Amino acid sequence: MPHHTPVAKRHGDRKAAVGDVGRPPVAWAVPGILFFAVFAIVPLAIAVYLSFCTWDGLDSPTLTGLDNWTRLFNDSEFGQAAWLSLVLTTVSWVFQTPVALLLGVWAAGRQRGRAFLSAIFFIPLLLSTTAIAMLFHALLDPNFGVIRTIGPWLGIDPDVMGSSTGALLVVAFVGGWQFMPFHTLIYQGGARQIPEVLYQAASIDGAGMVRQFFHITLPQLRHTATTSSVLMIVGSLTYFDTVLIMTKGGPGTDTTILPYLMYRTGFQTYDLGYAAAIATALVVVATGVSLLMVRLSGFGSMRSTREGM
Amino acid sequence: MSTDTRPAVPQHRTTPATPRRGRPARRRGPRGNPVAGFGSLIWLLVVLVPLYTLVSASLMRQDEALNGDPLAIPTDPTFENYGTVLDSGFLTLIGNTAIVAVATVAIVLVLSVPVAYVAVRTRSRLSSLAFRTFLLGVAIPAQAVIVPLYLMIGEMGLYDTLWAIILPTAAFAMPVAVLVLSGTMRDVSEEMYEAMALDGASPVRMLWQLAVPLSRAGISTVAIFSALQAWNGFLFPLILTQSEEQRVLTLGLFNFMSQFGVNIPAVLAAIVLSVIPIFAVYLVARRALINGLMGVGGK
Repeated sequence: MPHHTPVAKRHGDRKAAVGDVGRPPVAWAVPGILFFAVFAIVPLAIAVYLSFCTWDGLDSPTLTGLDNWTRLFNDSEFGQAAWLSLVLTTVSWVFQTPVALLLGVWAAGRQRGRAFLSAIFFIPLLLSTTAIAMLFHALLDPNFGVIRTIGPWLGIDPDVMGSSTGALLVVAFVGGWQFMPFHTLIYQGGARQIPEVLYQAASIDGAGMVRQFFHITLPQLRHTATTSSVLMIVGSLTYFDTVLIMTKGGPGTDTTILPYLMYRTGFQTYDLGYAAAIATALVVVATGVSLLMVRLSGFGSMRSTREGM
Repeated sequence: MSTDTRPAVPQHRTTPATPRRGRPARRRGPRGNPVAGFGSLIWLLVVLVPLYTLVSASLMRQDEALNGDPLAIPTDPTFENYGTVLDSGFLTLIGNTAIVAVATVAIVLVLSVPVAYVAVRTRSRLSSLAFRTFLLGVAIPAQAVIVPLYLMIGEMGLYDTLWAIILPTAAFAMPVAVLVLSGTMRDVSEEMYEAMALDGASPVRMLWQLAVPLSRAGISTVAIFSALQAWNGFLFPLILTQSEEQRVLTLGLFNFMSQFGVNIPAVLAAIVLSVIPIFAVYLVARRALINGLMGVGGK
């Protein structure tokens, strides 16, 4: 509608003219951006700075150059923590993806009782990680827990938390228990968007349920799977409460994953500069993964997805 | 931190369910997948057994819980454990947590609504830069900034106050808030803005009388998520507060664990009590919560 009141053209604005009447000044966004910057972006920069310092939490941080970083790369504890984080992430992905996929596809259907079951499935996501970790700590207590009864029946040693592999698997399981509803919902949303026609065509061609699942549902869910996987990976890289509450990094250091090592270094031995280096390493990995997310799943093009609404 | 798999990036559609209601009932699709149906029953057990034990054992006396079968129905249910928990300062914890949650939601909404509105309504480079920053912000793990925050909060003189929890929690809830809000606000049609512009409405009025009312769904989703995040947060309270007066629920629970030691039924009762308020919200706001999460995987 170019015939309305002409308005000062804003720089870089292709449509300009009337479109600009009543548009909010960009300044409105400034408080929000500043606030976010102060408590999330600036600290990130300071973390990088602190990774070049020693700091005991009391005196001022002193610059020590690359000390923390050379130490990091030669530190077998860091190496172990990085390895455990990798293992935990892999195990979590392998455990959560198939279950979330199946549950999500199932929940996208319209069978009876689906809504009710979905409501129950959702519950773990409401509980705090603290509560969940404490609950499983109690359930897995060899003297009290359900593990005493159920364990032998499932072939699980009641002292599962006492074994290194067991403890790590438990951490992965508890994380899965908590976040499964979230990933299920992602897959459910994805499955709902698969065009019905595909299934109709497949049925006409005589494809059975299993073939439909492998030839239509799975390929159609690949973007969904990318999104879910990346969130899963970033999520399990940052498990912390579960480890602190259930295992304290143990037995020994066998569940000391990166976030827990960072916490222990920073807030128990007050070696905060080194902790900042570990945190920076963590954020490099997490950002790498999330950049991948932006590239692979097309969130970068979110702004242009308005059509079809 | 408990919320670290942040309920990330709900896409432009917050209500994917709406156009699908009227789908033909003969839908074949992934519906009858028997494998998935069977799997879902198994998962039902995996979800329910711990929850059942949580509630049932919290009603047992300590010796019954220790000697009997934890899966059995309590023979002589008692609320004694709940009494024990309530007597050990539980109400202070709830009070503090409620303050943190309410303040967080208020800050998030007051700051995110204008950001999202600007991101949707202006085409300047700054607004798109801001939007992208928030997009990336979704992926910043709280652990990455906890050391500097410890330093900053100390310098600001806020250590061991509830503000020390509220401010970072609100900041970390903002990326998702901005994404959800700009998603819903993008759905407000340009024609409506133009109509209001013809009436000579100011940007403030357009925000207040058009964008905000039409984005109510997104706003409530954001409010619930931020509240949930504040309610369940653990890392910020753990590192940034210290004294008993400033203790929030998650930290209080953590302390109960050592305080009650082997009195597992009491620990479980504390967990149940901590969950009740969330449950109440869930029952009221289930739809907003789920709609906010769905569609994340959309194309």
